[in-house]
Amino acid sequence: MTDVIAPPLTGGAPEVPVDHGGGAEHGHAEHGPTGILKWLTTTDHKIIGLSYMITSLVIFYLAGIMALIMRVQLWDPHGSLVSPGAFNELFTMHGSLMLYLFAGPFAFGGLANYIVPLQVGAPDMAFPRLNALSYWLYLTGSTTMLLGFFVAGGAAQFGWVAYAPLSSAVNSPGAGPDVWMMGIALTGFSAIFTGVNLCGTIFYLRAPGMTMFRMPIFTWNMLVTGILILIAFPVLTAAIVMLFVDRHFGTHIYDVLGCHLVSGKPAPNACGSPLLWQNLFWFFGHPEVYILALPYFGMVTEILPVFSRKPIFGYKGMVFATLSIAALSTGVWAHHMFTTGAVLLPFFSLLSLLIAVPTGIKFFNWIGTMWRGQLLFRTPMMFSLGFLFAFLMGGVTGVMLAAPPIDFFTHDTYFVVAHFHQVLFGTTVFAGFAGLYYWYPKMFGRMLREKLGHWHFWLTFIGFWLTFMPQYVVGLKGMPRRVVYYPSGLGWQIYNQLSTIGAFMIGAGFFLLLINFVVSWRNPVLAGDNPWDGHALEWFTTSPPPHHNYTHLPPIRSERPTWDYNHPDALALKHGPHAATLSNGHNGSDGTKEKAGV
Amino acid sequence: MRIEAIFLLGVGVFFGCVGIAYWFLSYEQGGTMMLIGTCFLGLLPGAYYFYWYRRMIGYKYFFWGKMEKAPGVRLEDRDDASIAEGAGVIDSFPGSSIWPFILGMGAFGLVLGLVFGIWIALPGISLILVALVGVTAESRRGGHV
Repeated sequence: MTDVIAPPLTGGAPEVPVDHGGGAEHGHAEHGPTGILKWLTTTDHKIIGLSYMITSLVIFYLAGIMALIMRVQLWDPHGSLVSPGAFNELFTMHGSLMLYLFAGPFAFGGLANYIVPLQVGAPDMAFPRLNALSYWLYLTGSTTMLLGFFVAGGAAQFGWVAYAPLSSAVNSPGAGPDVWMMGIALTGFSAIFTGVNLCGTIFYLRAPGMTMFRMPIFTWNMLVTGILILIAFPVLTAAIVMLFVDRHFGTHIYDVLGCHLVSGKPAPNACGSPLLWQNLFWFFGHPEVYILALPYFGMVTEILPVFSRKPIFGYKGMVFATLSIAALSTGVWAHHMFTTGAVLLPFFSLLSLLIAVPTGIKFFNWIGTMWRGQLLFRTPMMFSLGFLFAFLMGGVTGVMLAAPPIDFFTHDTYFVVAHFHQVLFGTTVFAGFAGLYYWYPKMFGRMLREKLGHWHFWLTFIGFWLTFMPQYVVGLKGMPRRVVYYPSGLGWQIYNQLSTIGAFMIGAGFFLLLINFVVSWRNPVLAGDNPWDGHALEWFTTSPPPHHNYTHLPPIRSERPTWDYNHPDALALKHGPHAATLSNGHNGSDGTKEKAGV
Repeated sequence: MRIEAIFLLGVGVFFGCVGIAYWFLSYEQGGTMMLIGTCFLGLLPGAYYFYWYRRMIGYKYFFWGKMEKAPGVRLEDRDDASIAEGAGVIDSFPGSSIWPFILGMGAFGLVLGLVFGIWIALPGISLILVALVGVTAESRRGGHV
């Protein structure tokens, strides 16, 4: 164990050296394990965060290749690239990889793991060994799920939602579904541990002066995401374990087969209920949508002010909108079950429609942030703008689907597929890669190329609309989802072909991202500590940050301490004659840098 | 700690109200249980945080039992706290540890054993036990691998 001494203030009286080791262990980070052993034994949140991001990006590319194979199959109504069984495996694993293993872990395991301790001025996550365990459970969970492709009978074929009784041992035999379930169980525990760590870090390891309402919005969103994880993932993990027990140990929790009959009818309380699975799954599943969305909202909220050269518009409004979205999202799970006829339609419809209100506030604030700003159209900003358009469309169709009459009409059609992808692609891809381009210089100390980044953006943006807008139309024309063949002569083929072209444009964009990584690695353009003139605390430390993150810290007097420190004149202008009282009496209005505590 | 307490208590109150409303509107057991469980997930830690917040401002038990000297709120909760006031040891952090990796591999073996056969689960369980002992001893010893 190493005692970490609080870093001294910037420019303060004699700087206290940061003691990483305390006595005999001094400088352990420099003399610890090296090479592969360093990776296996690390508890450093930065290395763990990078490991999460690299693993989840590999999974993202794998799932993307699966999507392209499906799109090629659907080019022709009677395509013969894959068999119906293989198609079922592909859409099941595409959804599972993207939702369970990429979108969430990339955000809360990767970027949040790396960025949140930096943003609150902490030396590490609150529970570093638990953090390392989270990653190993995530990696082994991902491996377990992917093993499905190599077992007899192939991978799971019941969709990412694993509805009972389709997922029972009778309807889905073999080891493929079992490894799918065990993979989810492991990643479920991984997510729960990460949620605990995020909450612990944000509640207990903030730097002096970093009050809750001075935290960057990304950190706020990760706190709310952490709470949502703690609400949702235990339900999923328990539900999956019960499904596994149903399959192998003869229980009938979700299964109506073999239950006790009285006069030819199931005895009361003697049978399982397939609808119980849907209730449990969606109690996880809908908050999960926001577990995936809120971190990405946070990334965009970090990026827009920096590239608009303005502070965030309506900081507290953003925080309360996030809280409202999270609260409402946990009460709307059964809007995925409207057509079962077994849910309270007015309750779930009303709460679902209400989510549009705080989401609208967020859009208002994002636009307000850019309004009359000095916009800089760098790659992170371009992806953030792409997110605004994409998520708006997904959100509007979400409001439509919250109305039961429309949901009944479009249920299980490509309309829902288009809506779902516009919401999740809009957040995880546009906002997620905005975050990657934005924080990459901090992580590696080098820049990604702007030109390649813009090409990546435009290919993705055009490909995105070309892929998913035709799916709305073909969905309204009646094309069901999860079909390997479709009738010719109904006018559906042209929409599918447009979708396929769009999907390949997106694929080309992501190939350019790989090239960008290689170019950045082979011919580095050094980034410096703060290449974007960023606002939050992470831009104060070096790129990449040192072990335990900070050798010194600036005074924290607002939600953008680094910007305050780098622009003392503007700070004095903002606070006027009261600038002298910013901290402990040091006058920041005389043009010198305000140095709290000096 | 005040904002943290309000935040968590808010989670509890909100889901308590929604849970009660949902029960009387639907009489559906599964959803009600999950909402009430979520209510307690907010109320329990929220009450703990609130208790400590009140102690920091000088109350022994929530609203009564005034203490002679209040410890004062934490530096991270004070608008005017300076970095210098936080000088000293923040906490102890492990430099590195092999046990999370061993524990992860043990869990991997255990779940594979549940699918493919008990012969894989046994080494998995062994690894889990070794890792639990190892990580506990490491914490008590204060050393690292």
